[in-house]
Amino acid sequence: VKVVVTDRTGQVHDLEALDGWRVMEIIRDYGLPIKAECGGACACATCHVYVDPVWAAKLVPASEEEIDMLDQAFHVTEQSRLSCQILMREDLDGLHVTLAPDGA
Amino acid sequence: MKNAHLTVHQPGGTHDTDVIIIGAGPVGLFAVFELGLLDLKAHLIDILDRPGGQCAELYPEKPIYDIPGLPIVTGQELTDKLLEQIKPFNAQYHFSQMAESMTRHSDGRWQVTTDGGTTLRAPVVVIAAGGGSFVPKKPPIAGIEAYEGKSVFYAVRKMEQFRGRDIVIAGGGDSALDWALNLQPIAKSLTLVHHRDGFRAAQHSVNQMKALVGDGRMAFHIANITGLEGADGQLTGVKLNAKDRGDYVLQADALLPFFGLTMKLGPVAEFGLNLHENLIPVDTEKFETSTPTVFAIGDINAYPGKLKLILSGFHEGALMAQQAFRYCRPNERLRFQYTTSSTSLQKKLGVA
Repeated sequence: VKVVVTDRTGQVHDLEALDGWRVMEIIRDYGLPIKAECGGACACATCHVYVDPVWAAKLVPASEEEIDMLDQAFHVTEQSRLSCQILMREDLDGLHVTLAPDGA
Repeated sequence: MKNAHLTVHQPGGTHDTDVIIIGAGPVGLFAVFELGLLDLKAHLIDILDRPGGQCAELYPEKPIYDIPGLPIVTGQELTDKLLEQIKPFNAQYHFSQMAESMTRHSDGRWQVTTDGGTTLRAPVVVIAAGGGSFVPKKPPIAGIEAYEGKSVFYAVRKMEQFRGRDIVIAGGGDSALDWALNLQPIAKSLTLVHHRDGFRAAQHSVNQMKALVGDGRMAFHIANITGLEGADGQLTGVKLNAKDRGDYVLQADALLPFFGLTMKLGPVAEFGLNLHENLIPVDTEKFETSTPTVFAIGDINAYPGKLKLILSGFHEGALMAQQAFRYCRPNERLRFQYTTSSTSLQKKLGVA
């Protein structure tokens, strides 16, 4: 399975993903710039991504915890998700996300 | 009460000790234990107002599964257990302060100063600063730095400073709501900006805010901040984007963004420790930096094979303590003892 990631410069990366991995872990594993400070605990909002609308409906909806945590992210839109809360599955092959602007 | 059982010093003053530990996260706390077994005293500095570091700030309620002997423990529980474990050693804490400089005192010891005006002196410094200091997140808005401290603030130090101003507060948590409620009575106008009509703040604060908005004494905009207008650090307007009305500008002369905390290395980067990608290189025998008598343990250090795990930091602290002893007690013999069998260790722990 593959995750397609657009970075903050607009460059597109095809990342080989593993079933069951968090999208954040895959992005971090490839060395793309994602802070993910809390390490995937849904506790910091520094792995914020925008999910391509065609894929959004296929994802497990955000939990209340994730929605609350997104309050600590910037430029939140309806496409916003925390990538540590998206688990890769076979049917998400080709999932396209864009890294959100990062606060300093 | 938090910190009630700890020896916490007020900012200011000068203290002498054996080891200065920068960072009171799990690794800094356990270092107190390993140093304590060798009769070395420690003072800890932390920017947070309580011990625990990331465990306390990021995931107090989250379970951790890879602490040896504790199949499941939350960040706060681990912090509490470490505090219990190191209690016999009476560590001294300096909270809500950032280590600002590390220089040589005239007698050869290190002198570490904080932004709170505290001076600590010791022969050994241990940097256990994890991912850095927790500082407020800054919005990714071009040019925001020019306004910081003049009309953009990440904390309120003096409320009076905001009297009669057109204030915009951004965020949806307790800090945003609390300051909106506290500053509203003295502001000329107060607008809360949040990206949704939902809040993670206490319900009674949300109700109070909505009542004020209902009375027209506060404004609430569902929008994102996209830019700033003004000159010479003085804000005149905040650019917003909302789904229903697109881009618009709100007149304002003060902006307070509250988006939680993030980790930044801070002044430790200027301590002359040959940082590489924001990490401090150390050896794997003593976890000493390129500067003798200065050590780095936990997530902030780097060496071949390093794993950023709490348990690695515990090990690093144990080995660091051995070398710290040699520096602090050059005329004494270092003896390796087990807590299971050594009466002298058990006395130190208060169990014999």
